Amino acid sequence: MEGSAFGTAVKGFREESAARIVRIDVLLLLAVVGLMVCSVYTIGTATDGDVAGSPYYYVIRQAVYGVVGLTLMLLVARFDYSRLRELKLGLYGVMIASIALVFLLGAAARGSRRWIELPFFRFQPSELGKVLLILALSAFLIDRIRRLGDRETTSRIMLLAIIPAIMVVAQPDLGSGLVYLAIVTTILFVAGTPWTHFAAIGTMVAVAVAIVIVAAPAVGVTVLKSYQVDRLTAFINPSDDPQEQGYQLNQSIIGIGSGQKTGRGSDHATQTKLDFLPEHHTDFVFSVVGEEFGFAGAAIVLSLFALLIWRALRIMTMSKNLYGSLIAGGICAMLMFQVFVNVGMTVGIMPITGVPLPLMSYGGSSVLVTFLAVGLLQSIHVQARETAAAKGRELLV
Amino acid sequence: MYLDSDHRPAITPQLAFRVAVIGGFALVMFAIIFFRLWYLQVLSGDKYLAEANDNRVREIKVQAPRGEILDRDGRVLVDNRPGLAIKVRPDEIPPPGPKRAQLYTRLGKALNLRAREVRGRVEEQLKAQPFSSATVKQDVSPELVYYLSERADKFPGVEGEAVFLREYPHHQIGAHLFGTVGEVTEKQLKESRYRGVSLGDRVGQSGIEYSYDRFLRGENGKKRVQVNALGIKTRDLRETNARAGRNLRLGIDLDVQEAGQAALGSSRGAFVVMNAKTGEVVALGSSPSFDPNIFAKIIRERDFKRLSSEEFGKPLFDRAIQAGYPTGSTFKLVTSVASLEGGLITPDTPLYDGGSLTVGGVVFKNAGGAVNGSLALRQALTVSSDVFFYQLGRDANSRGDGLLIQDWAKRLGMGHPTGIDLPGEAPGVIPTPAWRNALYKKGLTDRPWSVGDNINLAIGQGDLQVTPLQLAVAYATVANGGYVVKPHLGRRIEDADGRVLQELETPARKKLPIDPAYRQAIMDGLTGAANAPGGTSTPVFAGFRIPVAGKTGTAEKGLGRADQSWYAAITYPQDPQYVVVATDEAGGFGAERAAPMVRQIIAALYDAKDNGPTAVSRVPG
Repeated sequence: MEGSAFGTAVKGFREESAARIVRIDVLLLLAVVGLMVCSVYTIGTATDGDVAGSPYYYVIRQAVYGVVGLTLMLLVARFDYSRLRELKLGLYGVMIASIALVFLLGAAARGSRRWIELPFFRFQPSELGKVLLILALSAFLIDRIRRLGDRETTSRIMLLAIIPAIMVVAQPDLGSGLVYLAIVTTILFVAGTPWTHFAAIGTMVAVAVAIVIVAAPAVGVTVLKSYQVDRLTAFINPSDDPQEQGYQLNQSIIGIGSGQKTGRGSDHATQTKLDFLPEHHTDFVFSVVGEEFGFAGAAIVLSLFALLIWRALRIMTMSKNLYGSLIAGGICAMLMFQVFVNVGMTVGIMPITGVPLPLMSYGGSSVLVTFLAVGLLQSIHVQARETAAAKGRELLV
Repeated sequence: MYLDSDHRPAITPQLAFRVAVIGGFALVMFAIIFFRLWYLQVLSGDKYLAEANDNRVREIKVQAPRGEILDRDGRVLVDNRPGLAIKVRPDEIPPPGPKRAQLYTRLGKALNLRAREVRGRVEEQLKAQPFSSATVKQDVSPELVYYLSERADKFPGVEGEAVFLREYPHHQIGAHLFGTVGEVTEKQLKESRYRGVSLGDRVGQSGIEYSYDRFLRGENGKKRVQVNALGIKTRDLRETNARAGRNLRLGIDLDVQEAGQAALGSSRGAFVVMNAKTGEVVALGSSPSFDPNIFAKIIRERDFKRLSSEEFGKPLFDRAIQAGYPTGSTFKLVTSVASLEGGLITPDTPLYDGGSLTVGGVVFKNAGGAVNGSLALRQALTVSSDVFFYQLGRDANSRGDGLLIQDWAKRLGMGHPTGIDLPGEAPGVIPTPAWRNALYKKGLTDRPWSVGDNINLAIGQGDLQVTPLQLAVAYATVANGGYVVKPHLGRRIEDADGRVLQELETPARKKLPIDPAYRQAIMDGLTGAANAPGGTSTPVFAGFRIPVAGKTGTAEKGLGRADQSWYAAITYPQDPQYVVVATDEAGGFGAERAAPMVRQIIAALYDAKDNGPTAVSRVPG
């Protein structure tokens, strides 16, 4: 059944004309290309001394991920996302299976892991899971759209997201787990779930957090690993723990602060170059932007993200069907959550959760999945423009 | 169910509202982040810039102790002792000029060195390795380090560092074997054998320290500390522990080594004790020796000059493996094998020794004017008849390509390094017509090759250059039936608790086809030389409890210089165990000096109580 659906999808794809590409959202494209350029430049200046003997190790890889990602985005843009609705069970199954596979491989290697070793890069199923979850949840929710007010609908959808969330938190990848929760909440919100349900969810989350962080350790059950708790609480008072998590946070703030208005330049960025700032090409890449290019550089990157999110919100409103709106909502949630939590972490107003900064942080899985998501946004945009064109009227925003 | 979502004509007010809520949320978050960035970078930027400038890392090397070198019974030959070194950091000393000169003067006063000496040491090391700190003085007192660190403002860039220094508890004994340890050079870093070594690390630079550096050196650790602008440590960063080097167990027997050194006394010479079957070296020494402990510190140039000077006998020169000498009659072993295998004689072919042999108008006499009459190989070896071997030298020269003796000398391990696990071995010289004629063409010698050269070669005189170790290999090869052993000192690699990590196997290089009957004839001749009436060394070994076969040698140096005394012995010739070779550059006849030395060494080798030879022989040969 899945096979036949895929066949139709391919057939539909072939019918596309080159005109479709012209209907993509140019500003959205500009935002992602701009971010990718910033990423490659920042990683290039920050990591030239990291791998002995090959100063371009990270920058070459990141550039390749960027080019592959852009291609992937353009391919996905030509394809009608609506057809994915029928594949919801398959998408959900693939997501659960790939996350479970990490456990099996990790157990075989006698250690916990978040990735699957592939010939060219480490594939991180929890990253791909973000997009798969958006596609599947949106489809499941539309199936029950007439019963949106039922508590059962809300709880079912929540459950479908909580299962993979718990799995990835156990990997341990707390950041992705939280992204899943942000996605499901936003999709429910965009679909129109009553406010009372969100109030109930909020209460339950508060109780759960209290249990996980306070009550469970008290009775000897560890849900989060101790370093995860440390990371989550370190931002409240960084100097409490100058050894590890608080140290990272302090160094990140010093790095960003020392960048001042226009930055210290890559040669004088001692926080980055002397390794005071750990993970400077992955989770703390924004600190590097802050240190090397100052407020000006940080503002440019944030503006590009603002552009990205604005276009995502706009696409949410212009979608030809509710499925597209929900997908755009989920993607918007995914991007916003990661941007705000990551940047917030580097400036010391959010806990350290190990969330990458979309497109900026080094990493094949994250970059490719973000491009896949943006490709879906483009697809929604293209479909909306085509539908509007077919009906012979202009789209209003 | 699908219908309600498809082709929704326009956006519902509810969706618009909810999108607006999300957009508003994003707007608020962006605003918060922008204000936070403004606060950090624009309002407090100066403060954080100052903090960033205070943040400095210093990497401190944690030196791994080198492995110990032990003798066959586990007695320590080389170990470590902790010490303190005064070092100068290139990135922190004042730039060249009056300020730096002032520092050198101050440092010289504190270290009891002349300012010129301090400058010499520092500049030389910085020139070789510009980014690694230069050692000014090794092994200083803790008080001195404390004194300098208290006055850090007067001594910028100067620091005390804990180091491990090599210690040689037995001083002169075995000094030539161990070699020295020193900082790795930039050239060495590019070689694959120094993989994992980084600038400033100390590696073996000569001797066993060089050959087994891979095992001995261990892995240095690193300690990164965060320091503030004043250089005061504020925080420990990462630390990787050092891994101590592995211990190396040698085949050397300290008692035998000591006996050899004692037997040589103050003479210039060398000794070798080697297992005849495996090539394992039990003792290997050179005299005069030196105390390697002076190399643990920075050696003074004056001391180094003295240790290399001819006047003091070049104590640093390892005569056992680096000195090539004519070996006198001990070479007759090689001539014997060559002549038998080459078909010049059989073990029983009689030749006439009338006291001299005249070839081309030149008279070659027996040493000491002896006349031995008609004799065959066994007797010729026993009494060391020169005329017998002169005839073989003459005949070999005109047979085939005339290289019969030379070829066998090479096969038996002469003329090329033996492959011992020590660097710097000399190849020696086996004189051939081509070799001599080439020298003659260049005007480096008085005449071209003639038959007389081959006659001299047959009894180990003339241009021949053989190291004591090469001679030992030749004797071992004949004794063990043809296996050209590869001499080796290393036995196995152990961890600190003595557990064996790796056995070092050194197989023989090749097997020579030597007819057992020929070998037996030679062994008989050598046995006779040490035991039969009339044997050249029979008087020396009279009353000795260990069965020995052996050959004396007396190499003429000419021009009124004393002869070089040689002796090569095989213990238990029936089933050969060890080969012992000793030489004294100015010892006179073989039986006079070298043979008694060998007796002394063999006594130590077998733990035999021995009062030495009853009478010193004056028999030439």
